[in-house]
Amino acid sequence: MSNGCGAPAQGGSVDANTTETVLEGKVLSEGTPVGGAFVRLLDATGEFTAEVVSSPEGDFRFFAAPGAWTVRALHRTGNGQADVSATGPGVHAVEIAVA
Amino acid sequence: MSRENVLVSAAWSEENLQTPGVVFAEVDEDTTAYDGGHIPGAVRIDWKTELQDQVRRDFVDREGFEKLLSAKGISNDDTVVLYGGNNNWFAAYAYWYFKLYGHNDVKLLDGGRKKWELDGRPLDKEEVTRPATSYKAQEQDLSIRAFRDEVVDAIGNKNLVDVRSPDEFSGKLLAPAHLPQEQAQRAGHIPSAVNVPWSKAANEDGTFKSDDELREIYAEAGFDGSRKTIAYCRIGERSSHTWFALRELLGHEDVKNYDGSWTEYGSLVGVPIELGSGKEA
Repeated sequence: MSNGCGAPAQGGSVDANTTETVLEGKVLSEGTPVGGAFVRLLDATGEFTAEVVSSPEGDFRFFAAPGAWTVRALHRTGNGQADVSATGPGVHAVEIAVA
Repeated sequence: MSRENVLVSAAWSEENLQTPGVVFAEVDEDTTAYDGGHIPGAVRIDWKTELQDQVRRDFVDREGFEKLLSAKGISNDDTVVLYGGNNNWFAAYAYWYFKLYGHNDVKLLDGGRKKWELDGRPLDKEEVTRPATSYKAQEQDLSIRAFRDEVVDAIGNKNLVDVRSPDEFSGKLLAPAHLPQEQAQRAGHIPSAVNVPWSKAANEDGTFKSDDELREIYAEAGFDGSRKTIAYCRIGERSSHTWFALRELLGHEDVKNYDGSWTEYGSLVGVPIELGSGKEA
C-alpha cells in the first residue's frame, strides 16, 4: 500500500541539522495561536505550492526548496500572510498574523 | 454532463443534511479531522484502510466495495455527496472510484471541508450509524482508469496532464512541499506531458473555478481537446481532482486517471523521463 499525499499532522519538531529546507512557524491572532487555519505555501511568482492545516497550537511546516516564498493563512476569523526567504537547507522560522 | 449534476454548494448541502436519499460521506487519508468534527450525519470513508487493498497496491475488489458501501449504509439509488480535507483530493479520488464501480449519482461538495469551515458551517462529533444495505457494484469501468503500459504508449499522442506542482514536474522536488522529500523513485515527468498543477483549477477557498476559467487554463497549457487524455500526479488523488474538472465539469469524453502515477512511473525500469520545465527555452 502506498501512502497518499495528504498533509500530515502539524507540530512536533524536525532536526535542526536537517538537509531539507524547512519553513515552519505559527499562525497567530493578536498573539494567540490559531489552530485549524488553512496555510498555503506560494512560490516567488505567487503560484500555489502546498497547503496544510495548522495544529491546535497554530503550528505549520513545509518542506520546500531554497528561494523566496510566501505563506498565507485562511481562517473563518480572518486571513493573513508573510514572506520568508530560505537561503538554504535548515529550519526557517516565520509567523503569520491573521485578522 | 454539467456542473449542477456533479457539484453541490456548501449552502445546498447544509439545506439537505436531512434529505432522505442523500448521504454525505467524508473521505480522507488522515481521518482525525472527522473525529474532531464532521458535517452532521456524514459517514466516514478512510481512503487508506477502506479504499486500498491492504496487501497489494490496488483497490479493494468489487465484492470488497459492495461490502464497504453496504456497511456504510449506502444504497445503489442514494445520492452520495463526497467531501474531505486537502482541497477535496481524496473526495475527488473517491468520486472517481465510485464512478469506477458504477455508482449512478455521486457529487462533490464544492470546496469540501475547507469551504465548509471557512463559512463557519456546523460540524458535530455525533457518531453516525446508518442501517446496513445490500449494495451491488458494477465491474470496474476501465474507460476512466489508466495503467502503466497505456501511459507509456500515450507519450506524444495523448494529452498527458501532470497535475503536480512545477517543482515536482521539473524534478526539483519528489513530493508536495508539505511532505518530506526522501523517496525511492526517480524525479521528473513523463515526456510530452503538460504541467497544469491541480491547484490551477481551484480557488483559494477550495471551490472549483468557473467553466470558462477552466477552459482557458487548460487551453493555455497546450491541452488539445481533440485528443484523449490521461491525468496523473504522484499517487492519483490530485489527478482525480483534475480528472473531475476535465471530464465532469468540462465534459471531455475520454479522460483517464492514472492512479499508479509518479510513484509507479518513476520507479519503472527503462521508461523515458524528462527533466526541467518541459517548455522551450
